[in-house]
Amino acid sequence: MQDFEPKIVAFCCYYCAYSAADLAGSLRLQYPANIRVIEMPCSGKTDVRVLLEAFEKGADGVYVLGCMEGDCHFLKGNYRAKRRVKQAKKILDEIGIGGERLEMYNLSAAMGPRFAEIAQEFTERIKKLGPSPLNKNYPPPPKEGEGHKGNSTKAGEGE
Amino acid sequence: MIIAEAKPLAEVAGLINDAQKILVVGCGGCVTVCLAGGEKETGILAAALRMLRKKEGNPLETVEVTLTRQCDPEYVDMLAKYVTDDIDAIVSLACGVGVQFLAERYPKWVVPALNTKFAGATIEHGVWEERCGLCGECILHKTGGICPVIRCSKSILNGPCGGSQNGKCEVNPETPCAWQLIYDRLKTLGKLDLLLEIQPPKDWSKSRDGGPRKVVREDVRLA
Ligand code: SF4
Ligand code: SF4
Repeated sequence: MQDFEPKIVAFCCYYCAYSAADLAGSLRLQYPANIRVIEMPCSGKTDVRVLLEAFEKGADGVYVLGCMEGDCHFLKGNYRAKRRVKQAKKILDEIGIGGERLEMYNLSAAMGPRFAEIAQEFTERIKKLGPSPLNKNYPPPPKEGEGHKGNSTKAGEGE
Repeated sequence: MIIAEAKPLAEVAGLINDAQKILVVGCGGCVTVCLAGGEKETGILAAALRMLRKKEGNPLETVEVTLTRQCDPEYVDMLAKYVTDDIDAIVSLACGVGVQFLAERYPKWVVPALNTKFAGATIEHGVWEERCGLCGECILHKTGGICPVIRCSKSILNGPCGGSQNGKCEVNPETPCAWQLIYDRLKTLGKLDLLLEIQPPKDWSKSRDGGPRKVVREDVRLA
């Protein structure tokens, strides 16, 4: 599994992690290119369904970055994120993908070096775990627009 | 409202093992409020089932629809266009009423994704508690609005029993003694004399007896 380069999605809170990522950039800190950063208004925007969807669309690992506990711009967003990550981990365990492929970290906007360190740590973790079982059976992850064939509809309103 | 909770994922997956394509149907009623079967939960269950099956090398196709309610025929009818020939099973995230309604209406294998628990209310966000046992003949006016049928562990109508201690139930010290609550409440209301009246045995024939109960309102019937 030497040449395995995991796909990792990092959901980043705008107020801390995203600023920390900026800082890491200005400090010219190196971190693995495996991370795809997605900006969120607050880690409290974390949704179990979206976390699962990241895995379904081909991620080998996912993590959520929120502000330090007690320092959330919206007071409790990061606590809510923590619980939802826990819930999603449980579901990933039940599916057999493994909850350890998902994590929640806390950092502040001033922690540029920590941002890079987390990227490093988490990439190492996923490299050790190997590709997600979903990607093992089906080597090419679905391209954009070629995902599952299901659709989501709300019937019964305005019909 | 009716309170339900999700069945374990493996159990639901086991029920649709042979299906290639399923219709996952959420309900916008009670189970949305208790976060067990709304649009979001429907999406999570569908995604989890797809991933589980993909991992097993036996991919599953899902179609997700959330009806306003599954306990009303007009909404259940709206599902018709999604119940195509290639649908092998319908997974319902409603209470048992919704599951039965879908099964009655569509000639498909319909399975429940939830366990329907009780008639209750939200105590705090994420905590629900039973409040009514649907006994068919309400006596809350005699007990200060506290239901002894459900909130007393022994459902006694002339309480408390000998086990009530420090306001707690002997069956579970976490549970407040319903009859202590009733006493306190009637005292506040100045109606303690209500407790002197001996309650006769309850007429359970109005409850779980004699087949399904029915409520008919002639004044609102259309035909
Ligand atoms: S007395 Fe019967 S109807 Fe009234 S709340 Fe209790 S169980 Fe429900
Ligand atoms: S202690 Fe109170 S609630 Fe518990 S069984 Fe006795 S009367 Fe009912």
